[in-house]
Amino acid sequence: MSSVPATAKCVVIGAGIVGNSVAYHLARLGWRDIVQIDKGPLPNPGGSTGHASNFCFPTDHSKEMAQITAESIVQYREMGTFTECGGIEVARTTERMQELARRVSSAKSWGIDNTEIISPARCKELVPFMDESVIIGGFYTPSVGVVDSVRAGTIMRERGQAMGALTSIGNVEVTGIDVEGGTVKRVRTDKGDIDTEYVVIACGCWSRRIGAMAGVSIPLTPAVHQMKDIGPAPFFADAKGDIEWPIVRDMDTNMYERQHGSGLEIGSYAHRPILYSAEDLPSNAAAALSPTEFPFTQEDFDLQDEQALELMPDIVGDETVGEKYAINGILSLTPDGMPIMGESPEVKKLWAAAAVWVKEGPGAGKCIAEWMVLGHSEIDLHTSDISRFHDHQKTVEHVQARANEGFNKTYGIVHPGEQWASNRNVRLSPYYSREQALGAVFYETVGWERPFWYESNAALVEKFGDAVMPRTSEWDSRWWSPIINAEHLQMRETAGLVDLTAFAIFDIVGPGALDSVQRTAVRQMDVAIGKVVYTPVLAINGGYKSDLTIMRLGKDHFRVVTGGAHGMSDLKWFSDHLSADGTAQIVDLTSSMTTLGIWGPNARKIIEAITTDDMSHEGFGFSTCRVVEMGPLRVLASRISYVGDLGWELYVPMEQGARLWDMIAEAGVEHGLIPVGIGVYGTTGRLEKSYRAYGAELETEYNVLEAGMSTKKIKDADFTGKAAHLKHRDEAPATILCTLTVDDHTSANGEKRYMLGREPVLTADGGIITDSHGRRSYVTSAGSAPSIGKHILMTYLPPEYAVIGTKLLVEYLGEQYPCSVLLTTSEAAFDPTNERIMS
Amino acid sequence: MNIAVCAKRVPLSGGRWELTADGTEIDTSGASMGFTLSPHEECAAEAAVQLVEEFGGSSTVITVGVADSEEQIRSLLAVGIDRGVIVETDGGEWDPQGTSSALIEQVRAGSPDGAYDLVLLGTEAADTADFQVGIRIAHALGWPVVTNVKGLKITDGVARCERAVGSYREIYEVSLPAVITVKDGLNIPRYPSVPGRIKARKKSVDFIAGERPAPRLEKVKLALAVEEQRSAEILGTGTGNGADAVPALVELFRTIGVI
Repeated sequence: MSSVPATAKCVVIGAGIVGNSVAYHLARLGWRDIVQIDKGPLPNPGGSTGHASNFCFPTDHSKEMAQITAESIVQYREMGTFTECGGIEVARTTERMQELARRVSSAKSWGIDNTEIISPARCKELVPFMDESVIIGGFYTPSVGVVDSVRAGTIMRERGQAMGALTSIGNVEVTGIDVEGGTVKRVRTDKGDIDTEYVVIACGCWSRRIGAMAGVSIPLTPAVHQMKDIGPAPFFADAKGDIEWPIVRDMDTNMYERQHGSGLEIGSYAHRPILYSAEDLPSNAAAALSPTEFPFTQEDFDLQDEQALELMPDIVGDETVGEKYAINGILSLTPDGMPIMGESPEVKKLWAAAAVWVKEGPGAGKCIAEWMVLGHSEIDLHTSDISRFHDHQKTVEHVQARANEGFNKTYGIVHPGEQWASNRNVRLSPYYSREQALGAVFYETVGWERPFWYESNAALVEKFGDAVMPRTSEWDSRWWSPIINAEHLQMRETAGLVDLTAFAIFDIVGPGALDSVQRTAVRQMDVAIGKVVYTPVLAINGGYKSDLTIMRLGKDHFRVVTGGAHGMSDLKWFSDHLSADGTAQIVDLTSSMTTLGIWGPNARKIIEAITTDDMSHEGFGFSTCRVVEMGPLRVLASRISYVGDLGWELYVPMEQGARLWDMIAEAGVEHGLIPVGIGVYGTTGRLEKSYRAYGAELETEYNVLEAGMSTKKIKDADFTGKAAHLKHRDEAPATILCTLTVDDHTSANGEKRYMLGREPVLTADGGIITDSHGRRSYVTSAGSAPSIGKHILMTYLPPEYAVIGTKLLVEYLGEQYPCSVLLTTSEAAFDPTNERIMS
Repeated sequence: MNIAVCAKRVPLSGGRWELTADGTEIDTSGASMGFTLSPHEECAAEAAVQLVEEFGGSSTVITVGVADSEEQIRSLLAVGIDRGVIVETDGGEWDPQGTSSALIEQVRAGSPDGAYDLVLLGTEAADTADFQVGIRIAHALGWPVVTNVKGLKITDGVARCERAVGSYREIYEVSLPAVITVKDGLNIPRYPSVPGRIKARKKSVDFIAGERPAPRLEKVKLALAVEEQRSAEILGTGTGNGADAVPALVELFRTIGVI
């Protein structure tokens, strides 16, 4: 075909599994005039879909990934493009066996049934060409399958075409994307221009280059995944169909082997990371095989040959079985391992659907289409959201560094607390050198180096003894320190100083500011100047989009403060909801303002030592803020707390932070002030108070009523999600967020074990708990509550279980531990009447 | 039988080649650029492996090229060649005379198993296609040479060589030692197996510093072949899996005389 339509409702760029799925689901949801283009020929234009291994293992520790994969499998099955064959992840080490037990738990948490740990003998029974003496066990998932992703894509295109909604054209190369007034307007191609309302970039490893045409960052990098196909193997001479035996993932060697007709495919994530840029990808014409099938580099696979031979000697060791095909296949990696989906923060109506692998393709396409058409996706996509990236995370150096580090984690054992080692020290708070001097152990959040605990507080561990709830297990105490709990206890006795520079801070100003925040926040924002409001922010379905605090600093001036991790997504959300008439503006102050938190019984005494302002309870009430003078600084003090103690958040311009720190530290000496890390702020302090966290308890899948955060009255003003929220208020919640405590930590070998979060919560007899919407009960957050001497678990429970005292079980690394429901509301385990905060 | 196979690392030719800016070399700088051996040489190596399987002895692959040629040499060791020799160049292309003089030296030196009985090559290198090296080696050694061979059988020290000439076959019988250049189709080269790869890593590859003789041929410029213009005519589209196209298809078959 020599030309493209001149106009479209939406142009989908890319005809791999993702583009096909997005195009189809947009059509299914009612859009018409969808034009899909690809620079390669259809049905296999030469991207990563064309050479994918096409297998789907449903279990992932990430709930979002597991859900997208589950949805994809449903669609592949419905299209008749899924062959169930089962899959086994085998272990060669005891550490891996523990990881496999953890995967069983994740499977239970995310609703993947019938997975089990099996013996080497059972592995051999299932996969007779395996040498079971090499392994010590396996994680078996009967529902693993192989898909025909090219066929599935064709079916989806054909369905879109049959609806009269979709025109798909191959051999059309995008040459430019025009943006007018911040909104996408036109896609330029070598076959003509298309004026369009929407654009979706679903170009796999080319996405970064295509996004750049519109000034949009899609931070991913093409990377090599090596695989070779050997065969025909005499052992498989009578094999029927595409696949007959379970796929084997040899986790400890970062490899997989799958029978494929008469051959065996051996794939690897073990080799050195080999990263490229989109410019390195050849054109279809210049490519030897396809643009994403690079020549195989044998030297990178030498070790893998030997490891494959060890595990599958009957096939791999047969000298008559030759290598038929071997490639360095190109796939997409992102700096955090998650896909890149959603409307770009830079250009309106320009959407990305990239770094999505075959096992996630159809589900991701459905999510994107729902998000575009309905305003939200059924699956919460916050960890895939393209707007999550902070500026430094969009640089080539960051993407390459993290992709380089992340590649070998593909099959790795990644501890939930594991920190990235590469590209650190990008964002340093004004206190950094002081924190270093105090022996801060730094964890990273969106580039910020944040003290997680301070070695200078090590002596407190001895002081508090067993009250710090010491952990003996290496896994439980990895990326953890008893100093965190000691800091917590000391803060409750005297006071703690917390570096909160990582907060994302943005001001909404102008005559339309009130209207803008009113339409975004659930709580009443038409409040007195100087009020601080903690509020949910809802998606249109009434589920959580965020929770944050907003200060009213003036008639037309509001300051939003939110967590760094989701700060940029929140910034986009508020930007998108500004008054349409242009009377409100949003200003990102994240890198201009720094925040220190001071909490504890002595917090007031310390602050009073450096200010003459009235900091008394009567003079400076809870949930209020105002500027006070502290020495030579004018400090915006906000009396709120996320740790459950008396105190303030103190905001000053970045360059004045160090002076503020020094004044407080000096004044604090006689009041027992200690520096306190994020371990307390983010976990122990908040859990003791049953404070919810976005991304853990709060997601778009859960509504305000379920989270136990509704208020008696709802404001008259309209806000996003209000209609749904009003409906939720009239319904009995299907699940209720509860606080649980672990009754006995003793494992089978007598060691006390401490859950880390995301574990399944089961009935007293070990049964799965599912609510009426099909959601499983799992631990949303876990951590020590040192002041009450308990390990706390937060979890959503259906009403019949959400009863104080209900005995349940939590499954952790293959064992089940008794726990009990402590609270069924947002009331706290510690200081339930908030006497401390209100003192 | 003691056999030498001569082979050359060439750019992978599956896609369209590009030339360097000065037009004198194939541009191999791209990240997706790969290298391989010509199919003729894979057949030569397969023939050597089969002859050693039949008669015993050993086989050696010799190349003149960059150190990275080891990748191609190892791939031949993986299918059963016993050892490799790389006469290392600085990367520039040697003319056929320079290449053959380096190879002649290595053939004269023999292998650890003694003097060679047979030298097998492809008829021409897949990139430069000069068709000269085999003949030059034979001439220098005073050995018989048969080129373009598509059938080979050795009995009692005599090689029976078949070559296709138009619709005829020519058959030559030459006594060993001899030089034989072979064409794709002589045999079906085996794929390397994984155990073959593993064994190949342990086989010896000798690196010998090559000294480039003054070239007597000067390469001025390369030109890409004019791309064949291909066109497709759509005979019919529409419902019923393209059933509308059947009459046109039948007519076409009649025109070209297949029905």
